[in-house]
Amino acid sequence: MAGKSSVFDMIGPVMIGPSSSHTAGVVRIGRAAIRVLGGIPDEALITFYNSFARTYEGHGSDRAIIGGLLDMKTDDDRIKTAFEVAKEKGLQYSFKSIGNASVYHPNTVKVNLTKGTKKVEVIGESLGGGLINISKVDGFNADFSAQAHTLIIKAQDVSGAIAFISSVIAQEKTNIATMSVSRKGKNDIACHVIEMDSGLQPITIEYLKSLPWIKELIYIPDIDL
Amino acid sequence: MSYLFETFKGWKAYCEEKDVPLYQPVLEYEVDQKGKEEGAIREGILRAYRVMREAVETGLKEDMTSRSGMINNGAKKVYNHKLSVLSPEFQKLISRALAAKEVNSCMGRVVAAPTAGASGILPGTLYTLQEIHDLPDESIVEGLLVGAGIALIIEQNASLAGAVGGCQAETGSAAAMASGAMVYCLGGSIEQVFNAVGITIQCMLGLVCDPVAGLVEIPCVVRNASAAAIANSSAQIALADVDAVIPVDECVEAMGEIGASMENKYKETALGGLAATLTGQQIAKRVLIQDIEILPDEELPE
Ligand code: SF4
Repeated sequence: MAGKSSVFDMIGPVMIGPSSSHTAGVVRIGRAAIRVLGGIPDEALITFYNSFARTYEGHGSDRAIIGGLLDMKTDDDRIKTAFEVAKEKGLQYSFKSIGNASVYHPNTVKVNLTKGTKKVEVIGESLGGGLINISKVDGFNADFSAQAHTLIIKAQDVSGAIAFISSVIAQEKTNIATMSVSRKGKNDIACHVIEMDSGLQPITIEYLKSLPWIKELIYIPDIDL
Repeated sequence: MSYLFETFKGWKAYCEEKDVPLYQPVLEYEVDQKGKEEGAIREGILRAYRVMREAVETGLKEDMTSRSGMINNGAKKVYNHKLSVLSPEFQKLISRALAAKEVNSCMGRVVAAPTAGASGILPGTLYTLQEIHDLPDESIVEGLLVGAGIALIIEQNASLAGAVGGCQAETGSAAAMASGAMVYCLGGSIEQVFNAVGITIQCMLGLVCDPVAGLVEIPCVVRNASAAAIANSSAQIALADVDAVIPVDECVEAMGEIGASMENKYKETALGGLAATLTGQQIAKRVLIQDIEILPDEELPE
């Protein structure tokens, strides 16, 4: 979201310290990831890359990511005790550090989440000031900020798919802020990522889900709500 | 069309032409840009101020030991010390700025104002000002709005981020916001408010960002205390109509210029200054994670 800063960027945000890129941003990556998964995971493998790799403990990014995976908001003071809460809720987790991954942004975290039989892999970048970019979902390029409402659709690579999806969304009078499509190799599945200014009605989501060429649909409303 | 906070000169001209107090265009800006209502904005700022006060109180009450151990209940020690260097008020000012910032270093709740690293300065100064002068919350809210206007201009013409402009951009900007807010709350003129901002920037110019081990602890916490003190000294100077001589817009320009020519090692990279000292490096070795898989130079992660 380009445009002018808000008064509440100057006096705010209210957040759990110590740093907006190491804590608030990381919490938000966690919150986005569990929305991709569709719930709180049973198991999480968290990999911190590059500059995150050495400092994640000192900055509390480890508690921040677990807090986010437990659906805590950026100003939730339980983040400090997120490990204890994870134990209570039965979330198993482990951490890994990888340095010198030159293809990744300096502050990158990857989460591999499992819930029952469902598994997802989400890679997020913390851009500073609590802003994030979810760069990949299950290996597809995603690149969304999770600031607006996001729709991720994995579909067969049929012609006219993009125009069709956008026309359905247009019926809801919501603005499409960004839209991107990526394919993994020469695979016949394309991943559409659409960021919208406002939310969609459940019926629209159900309709899209019912289409035979749409394999999977993930709807992520504003993650800060 | 609301005023867009490009320069202090423009902000002053706007207020004089419309005959409105300094905070009014800040409210109008937020209404225009973000589509919020005035009442909701005032409420939001008041809520932020409550969080600031809570942070001060938490830092003086609860255990404040950081994960690295570098921060260890300093604020409480200062607050309870029997010998006051200047006055009990000064002692409280310093301990409150430390307290709120310690809460931030220890994963408590703070208001980033303008950034998390500088989150002790507005709480310490405004809490103390409100207590000494018995000011209503309403007046502090207006002061904070003035502070937000100051930050909007600095953000546009210099920077608010240590990684871009060094520590002058973080604690320096927060001190400038605090000083201007204080003079406003004490009934200072526009001229006096802007002189306070200019003088504060003059005092904070050139400060580098050199956090030990890359953590927001040393020197960040004590710099919140010194910045709070400088905000007070500048406010005292400006209220007496002492001129900053270099106009505030030019002070901001100087801050931007210095920030731009500052070497990278002084911009949050923990490669210079205190972070690069022998002890700084030893601490880094102790607190940073050593068990890292380092990828070979050209290999891409799967
Ligand atoms: S030294 Fe750097 S990290 Fe610490 S307060 Fe200053 S700008 Fe922020």
